[in-house]
Amino acid sequence: MKADDSHIDKNSPPMILEMRGITKSFPGVTANDNVNLELFKGEVLALLGENGAGKSSLMNVLVGLYRPDAGDIYVNGKKVHIHSPKDSMELGIGMVHQNFKLVDTMTVAENVILGEQEQRFAPKMKEVSTRIREISDHYGLNVAPDCYISELSVGERQRVEILKLIYRGAEILILDEPTAVLTPQESQDLYKTIRQMTSEGKSAIFITHKMDEVIRFSDWVRVLKKGKLAAVKRTADTTPTELARLMVGREVLFNIEKDEFKPGDTILQLKNVELKGSDGIKLLDNLNFEIRSGEILGIAGVAGNGQVELTEIITGLRTIDSGSILLNERDRTNKSPIEMIKSGVSHIPSDRVAMGIVGDMSVANNLAMKGYREKPIIRGGILRRARILDLAKRMISVFKISTPSTNTHVKFLSGGNIQKTILAREIDACGDLLVAAYPSRGLDVGATEAVRTEIVKQRDAGRAVLLVSEDLDELVSISDRIAVMFEGKIIGLVDSNTEHEKIGLMMAGIK
Amino acid sequence: MRIHFEKRKTYSAKASVLTPVISFLVSLILTAVMLAAVKINPAEVYAAMFRGAFGTWRDFSETLVKAIPLILTSLGVATAFKLKFWNIGAEGQLVLGGIGASWVALFASAWLPPAILLPAAIIVGAVAGSVWAGVPALLKVKLGVDETLTTLMLNYVAIIAYDGIYTGPWRDPDGFGFPGSAMFPEAAWLPRLTGRTHAGLIFALIIAAVLWFAFYKTKWGFELQMIGNNKKAARVLGVNIGRNIIIALLISGAISGIAGACEVTGIARRLQQGLSLGYGYTAIIIAWMSRLNPAVCIPVSIIMAGLLVGGDSVQIMMGVPSAMGQVMQGMILFPMLAGSIFSEYRLRLSRDSAATAAPTEGGLA
Amino acid sequence: MILLLTSILAITLRAGTSLVFATIGEIYTEKSGVLNLGIEGIMLMSAVLSFTVSYYTGNLFAAVVTAMATGAVLSLLHAFLSITMRAQQVVSGLSITLFGTGMASFLGQTLGPESNSGYMIGLTAAKFETLTIPGLSKLPVIGAVFNQDLLTYIVLLLIPVAWYFMFRTKYGLNLRAVGESPQTADAMGIDVTRTRYIYTIFGGIMAGIGGAHLSLAYTPGWTENITGGRGWIVIALVIFSLWNPSRAIWGAILFGGINAVQFRLQASGAEIPAPVLNMMPYLVTIVVLIIITLWENRRRGTGTPAALGTPYQREEK
Repeated sequence: MKADDSHIDKNSPPMILEMRGITKSFPGVTANDNVNLELFKGEVLALLGENGAGKSSLMNVLVGLYRPDAGDIYVNGKKVHIHSPKDSMELGIGMVHQNFKLVDTMTVAENVILGEQEQRFAPKMKEVSTRIREISDHYGLNVAPDCYISELSVGERQRVEILKLIYRGAEILILDEPTAVLTPQESQDLYKTIRQMTSEGKSAIFITHKMDEVIRFSDWVRVLKKGKLAAVKRTADTTPTELARLMVGREVLFNIEKDEFKPGDTILQLKNVELKGSDGIKLLDNLNFEIRSGEILGIAGVAGNGQVELTEIITGLRTIDSGSILLNERDRTNKSPIEMIKSGVSHIPSDRVAMGIVGDMSVANNLAMKGYREKPIIRGGILRRARILDLAKRMISVFKISTPSTNTHVKFLSGGNIQKTILAREIDACGDLLVAAYPSRGLDVGATEAVRTEIVKQRDAGRAVLLVSEDLDELVSISDRIAVMFEGKIIGLVDSNTEHEKIGLMMAGIK
Repeated sequence: MRIHFEKRKTYSAKASVLTPVISFLVSLILTAVMLAAVKINPAEVYAAMFRGAFGTWRDFSETLVKAIPLILTSLGVATAFKLKFWNIGAEGQLVLGGIGASWVALFASAWLPPAILLPAAIIVGAVAGSVWAGVPALLKVKLGVDETLTTLMLNYVAIIAYDGIYTGPWRDPDGFGFPGSAMFPEAAWLPRLTGRTHAGLIFALIIAAVLWFAFYKTKWGFELQMIGNNKKAARVLGVNIGRNIIIALLISGAISGIAGACEVTGIARRLQQGLSLGYGYTAIIIAWMSRLNPAVCIPVSIIMAGLLVGGDSVQIMMGVPSAMGQVMQGMILFPMLAGSIFSEYRLRLSRDSAATAAPTEGGLA
Repeated sequence: MILLLTSILAITLRAGTSLVFATIGEIYTEKSGVLNLGIEGIMLMSAVLSFTVSYYTGNLFAAVVTAMATGAVLSLLHAFLSITMRAQQVVSGLSITLFGTGMASFLGQTLGPESNSGYMIGLTAAKFETLTIPGLSKLPVIGAVFNQDLLTYIVLLLIPVAWYFMFRTKYGLNLRAVGESPQTADAMGIDVTRTRYIYTIFGGIMAGIGGAHLSLAYTPGWTENITGGRGWIVIALVIFSLWNPSRAIWGAILFGGINAVQFRLQASGAEIPAPVLNMMPYLVTIVVLIIITLWENRRRGTGTPAALGTPYQREEK
C-alpha cells in the first residue's frame, strides 16, 4: 500500500534492520501479508494495530519462533536466516514477550544466563551477579540478582526480561505490549530506560495499540491492519486521530445503540467484601457496590488489580474471607459455582479457551453445557441427543456462529466463534446477572461489535451486567457506570461519560 | 529434510481407524523379522499361535479365561482415565479384590448362609478394590497428591500383602507345605460356563454395557467428559470435580476388585501364587488402545488375551518361548502410540536447504 | 555390633548400586520433563543382553557397553514416541516395560547355547569381582564402602558428579529450565526437543548399567524377573530424592537396607513379619509424596519439574 521508500531521507541514521515481504499464514488466516519493516539505529519504532492485526506474529517471525512462508530479513544490510530464538539472539535481537519467559523457580541471575551460549561450563554466579547489578544501576532497573522470580511483581519481572536482553548484548529490543500490565508510574520508568538505551545506539520496536504511547514515545510508526502494512509515518508528522483512523479504518469507533438508562431493582449487592491471597495480601479490599436490573456496571483498571478475582467470587469460583454477596436480596455468600448458576448467574470467563469451552467436545455439546442438567435435554438422567442438536442449531443460527458442523470439535473454531459459542450458551441460560470478563479481548472488529451488541441487548432486556474490560473505549461506550479498581479496592465509581483522563488517573491509584 | 506436524481442521476419522489396523500389521512384520533372526519360521509360529488361541472351542475358552480380568480391569482403568485421572493401580485393586473375596469365602462361611456367600464375596472384593482406588483419589482431591505415583506404589503394597497373607496367616495348615490357602467352600465357587470360562464373563459384559451407556448417554458421562478434557471449564460450568473424581475412582476400583474376586472364586478357588499376572498394566494399554470406549475394550482384551494364550501354546507345540505373546503385545503398541498423533495432525515433509546456512554473517556484536 | 553394621552396609551398597544408577538416570530424564515408566523393561533387557555378551565373549567391558546400548535404544524409542509423536508418556513407558519384560524373557530362552537348549538360565559367565581396597576396607563401618565391585565404586563417584552437573553447570541449568518451563527455555534459545532426547537417552543408558550390575555383579547370571520390580522402585526413589541426584543414595540405602536388615532379622529369628518390612519403602514413598505436595502448596521449589509428563510444542495459532 503506502510502503514505498520515499519517507527515508538522507539524514536518517543507518538502517540496522529490514524485513522485506514477510508473509505468514496459519490454517484459515493470513497473519502477515507481504509486510515490510525498517528500523534505524538509535530509534524507537512503534508497531501499531488492533488485536489480531499481525503485530505479534511479525515479531515472532523476527525472533525465530515462527517461520515465514515468504520474505527476507536483513540485519545491517546483510541477509540473515533466523530459524530459532538462538539465531535471533546471536544477531542481537531480543524480545520481551507479553507472557514473560522466565522460570519461576530459578533466581534472576540464573534466568539471565539461561541458554546463553558463551557462558562457561560452570558459570561463576558471583561474576554474573556483579554484572547484573552494574546493568541494573546503569539503566535504573532496580533488579536484585539473587531473588527468585516467584517472589517478584509483574513490573519487576518485566525489568528482569529487559535486563536479560541487555546482558546478552541485544542491540534491538522488541517489547510486546509492555505497558499493558504496568501502572502509569512504572510505564514512565520504562520509557526512561528505553530512552537511555537508544541514546547509547540501541534500537527498539514497540508493539502497542495505545495511541498516546505511540505519540509520546516513538520516532516512527508502522500501522498494521488485518495482516497488511497500512501506513508508515514519522511520529512527529502525525496525530492520534489520524493513527486511529489508519488503525481502525474509520473515523469513529462503533456506536452501539442502546435504550435509555432505566435501572430497576437491585440485582447484585456486595457488602464489605474482602478476599485474601495465600500470602495474606488483600486481593479484594472492602468492596461495596450494587448493580440494578437494566444496568451495565463497567470495571476498569490495570490488569491484576482484583478484577478477575471479583468475577470469581461472584460466580462461586472463590470463597471470600469476609463480607457478603446478595443476589435479589438473598444471601449468596460463598456458594458453589453450581448454586450461583442455579441462582441465575451467567459467566463469560476471562480466559475463554482455558475456562469457557471444552475444546475436545463438539460445538453442540459445548452449547449444551449449561442446559444439560435440565429438561428437555435430560430425562431421567439420560441425555437426549436430538434435543441437544435442536438447541445447537437454533443457537448457531441466532448467534451466527460459523462452524463446519454441529459435530466439529470446538477447538477448531476461530477465537471469535469460540466466544460466540460461549456467549450463546451463557445468554440462553442467563437469569438476572451476566458477569463478563474481557469479552472482546483478542477478537476482530466484527466479532467485537457482535459481542458488545449482545451484552447491551441483555441490559435492555432488564438484566444486570458486570463488565470487566481493559479497553476504556469499550467501557465508556456500553457501560452505564464505571467502577475503577486499584489494588483490590474500588477507588472510584463514576458515570460513564466521565472523561478518559480522570479514569486513567484513577487506574493509577490517583483520585 | 524436516518433519513437522500441521494441525488438521478437524479430527480425521480415517486416521483413527487406519492406525490400529496398520499397527497390527507392522507388529506382525516386526515380530516375523525378529523370529526369522533367531531362525524360527514366523508363518508356522503365527499359525500355531492362532490355533492355540482360537483354534478350538476349548482353546478359545482359555483365551476367554485370560480375557475376563483384562476386560474388567481395562473397564476400571477407562473409567478413571475418562477424567484424566492416571490410575495405574488396577493391578493392586485387582489383588485387593482377590483378598477381600477370599476373606469372605474362607472365614464368613461359618455365619453366612451359603446362598449369599458368593455374592457377598464378590461385593466385598469390589469394596476392597474401591478402597484401594479411593485412597489415591482422596489424596488427589483433598491434597493434590499426584495419582500416577500413589497408585503405582499401592500396587506393590497390595502384592506384598497378598504374598504375605497366603504364605502366612491364611496358609492352609493341612496343605502339606503347599504355599496357599485352603480351598474355598463350594458355595463360594463362581460357576463355570464352558471349560474354565467362569461367570465373570457375564459380569464383564454387563459392566461394559452399563459403562458404555453411562459414558455416552447420561449426564454423568457428559460431566466425566467435561472434567477429563478441561477441568477448569468444568468447574466454571458448575461441575463438582472432587466428588466426580472420588465417585469415578470408587467405581474404577470396584470393577478391578470384581476382576480379582472372580479370579479367586472362579479359577483357583483358593489364594495361591500368581493371582496377578500383570493384568492391571496390560489393562492400561487396552483402555488406551480402545480410546476408553467400553465396547471396544472387549474385542481388544480378547486379542491381547489371545496373544498370551497363543504364546503359551507355541511354547508347548514348538518350544518357542511363551514370552512371544508379550513381545507381540508390545510390538503392536509402538506403531499405535506413534500413530495416534495422525488423527489430529498431518505430517509434512519439507526440504529445507536454508536451515543449514548459519546466520553468522551480519551479526551486530 | 559394628561388624554387623559394616556387613549390613556392604550388602546394602551392593543391593543399591543398580538402583542408584537407574535413579540418577531417571532424575535427569524427569528433570527434562519426560516421565519414563519403561525403566523396568530397560533393566531387564540390559541384564539379559549384557549377561549374554559376557557369556560368549568373557569381556565385561563389551557386556556393559551392550547394556548401555540397549538402554539407549529403548529409551530412544520412548523419546521418539513421547517427544516427537507426543504420545501419552505413561502409556508409552508402560509399553516399553511390557515389551522389554517379554523380550528379555524371550531372549533368555533363545540366546543360550545348544547344550542348554537355548536357555541362558543356569549359566555362569565372567562377572565383576569384589575389589577390596587394602587398608581402607579394614576400617569399621566405612570399610564396607571399600569392599565393593567396580560398578559400585563408579556409581559412588558418579553421585557428586551428577549433582555438580545438574546444579552448577550451564547444561544443568538449561536442563532444569526445559523441565520447568519449556516455553521459556525455547524462547531463550535452548532446543527443548534435543535436550529432552539427550536426557531421556541418558536415563536409559544409566538404567542399562543398572540392569548390567544385576546380572554381572549382584546376582551373577540370568533368571526370569531378575530385577524383582527394581525398575518401579526407581520411580519411587526419584520422588524420594526430591529430584536431586545427591539424595539418590539415601533412598537406595533405605530400599537396599531393608533387604539387608530383613536378611539379618530372619537369621536372628526376630518377630517383625517380612511383608510389613517390605511394604515400608512404598508406604514411606507415599508419605514423602504427600509431604512434598503439602510443601509445594505453600511454596515452590521442592524439585518437582513443573512440566513433567507434558509434551511441548510451540504455540502456533
